[in-house]
Amino acid sequence: MVISPRDADDARMSTLDVRVWRGGAEGSFQSFEVPRHESQTVLDVVTHIQRVLEPALAYRFACRVGMCGSCAMTVNGVARWTCRTHVDQVAADGSLEIAPLRNLPVIRDLVADMREFFHKWAAARGAFAPTRTKRDDFARVAPESAARRAIDAAIECIGCGVCYGSCDVVTWNPDYLGPAALNRAWTLVQDVRDGARGERLAAVAGDAGCQACHTHLSCTERCPKGISPTAGIAGLKRAVAAAALRGKL
Amino acid sequence: MRRGNDLRARNHPGYWAFVVHRVSGLALAAFLPLHFWALGRALEGAGRLESFLRWTDQPLVKFAEWGIVLLLAAHFAGGLRILALEFLSWRDWQKSLAAVAAAFSLAAALAFALGL
Amino acid sequence: MRSRAETWLWIAQRASAALLALCVLVHLATMIYAVRGGLSAAAILGRTRGNVAWLAFYSTFVLAATVHVPIGLRAALGEWLGWRGRSRDAALVAFAALLAVLGMRAVLGVFA
Repeated sequence: MVISPRDADDARMSTLDVRVWRGGAEGSFQSFEVPRHESQTVLDVVTHIQRVLEPALAYRFACRVGMCGSCAMTVNGVARWTCRTHVDQVAADGSLEIAPLRNLPVIRDLVADMREFFHKWAAARGAFAPTRTKRDDFARVAPESAARRAIDAAIECIGCGVCYGSCDVVTWNPDYLGPAALNRAWTLVQDVRDGARGERLAAVAGDAGCQACHTHLSCTERCPKGISPTAGIAGLKRAVAAAALRGKL
Repeated sequence: MRRGNDLRARNHPGYWAFVVHRVSGLALAAFLPLHFWALGRALEGAGRLESFLRWTDQPLVKFAEWGIVLLLAAHFAGGLRILALEFLSWRDWQKSLAAVAAAFSLAAALAFALGL
Repeated sequence: MRSRAETWLWIAQRASAALLALCVLVHLATMIYAVRGGLSAAAILGRTRGNVAWLAFYSTFVLAATVHVPIGLRAALGEWLGWRGRSRDAALVAFAALLAVLGMRAVLGVFA
């Protein structure tokens, strides 16, 4: 259902009932009434609350245009990038529940502690290991090669943490590296310039690595960039198994 | 410390396919030792097996048998779905896989039920 | 290394799954056929007694399940009950042994 904010006759439609998480791990939802506007995003709503209604509200954002990956929150129960999520898409009944990203410790209000999320990128060997020096010529990667095309979507990751907050395996198995770190590892495993394939496959193998994925597809369902981490993780499963079969894991 | 997701986030085809696969797998794991034990009675002669089979003629046991067949078919179809997701290249048809899995398990269970 | 062993568990799980997929298909078809007109010990044993093909089929089926079931339980126990580590794996080895013994006993029971 599309809400017309111009419909001033309908008082309920001209304002939004917004419940916002306040506090840390322990806390509660606080209600606000926010004016409804055309083309309003969820981030606009949070910003209105912080600027007009409750200056002490903590939240995180930077670019507002879907590039920086810092504004992810749980909106009506689902992880989303708030800057590119229009109120129309998610609040058909005129109410919003906004909480911090799941599966991460809460620092305060809508701010999740992203440290373990990025530590896991490092643990999955998410850093490129160059095989050339600055004295060498540029590496040429054919855009149409199969290895490169397999990661066309995966390299667009902005590190927002929506997939990590959506993944139940992360909830049940807190050591699990998670979709984003494994997706990053997959892009490097497919990168012909990279020199750490063996170490990386060893880093993403096992109960805390790619084999923990049960193909719930929650990450694929929620990724705002349309990436399928599930597909990349499946690629890692095959690469790790092939290495084990060849005795190279 | 940290909170997980509720049904609002979990309510999508891939997640339901997982729930069916896990629950059917657990139920089959519990059923399997009983199944083997029952068939093992044949070691004690055809009479013992026959008397066990007559016990299974009770409506409630029949219904449970039908449930086990449904679970086996569901776990089979869900397993094929996982193998396809992990070993085949795929893009947009992963949701159809869940539907195909559901359709197969229902068809197999119905065929069994009609035979009973 | 632990992650290597866990990778082999994954390979064993998928390989046994592929084998079980074939077995289950045959098993479902046999069941749907066999229950028509009711099950009887005579009909079952008439099919299986002294039949080496059924012996080979059901032995494969039982052993594939013996591999497949405990690995699946391993994930479920870790994720839903938080049971990990050596005690879980030892319990699952015992469960695998139980399945193998009961299963092979049943296979031999309907063959001999």
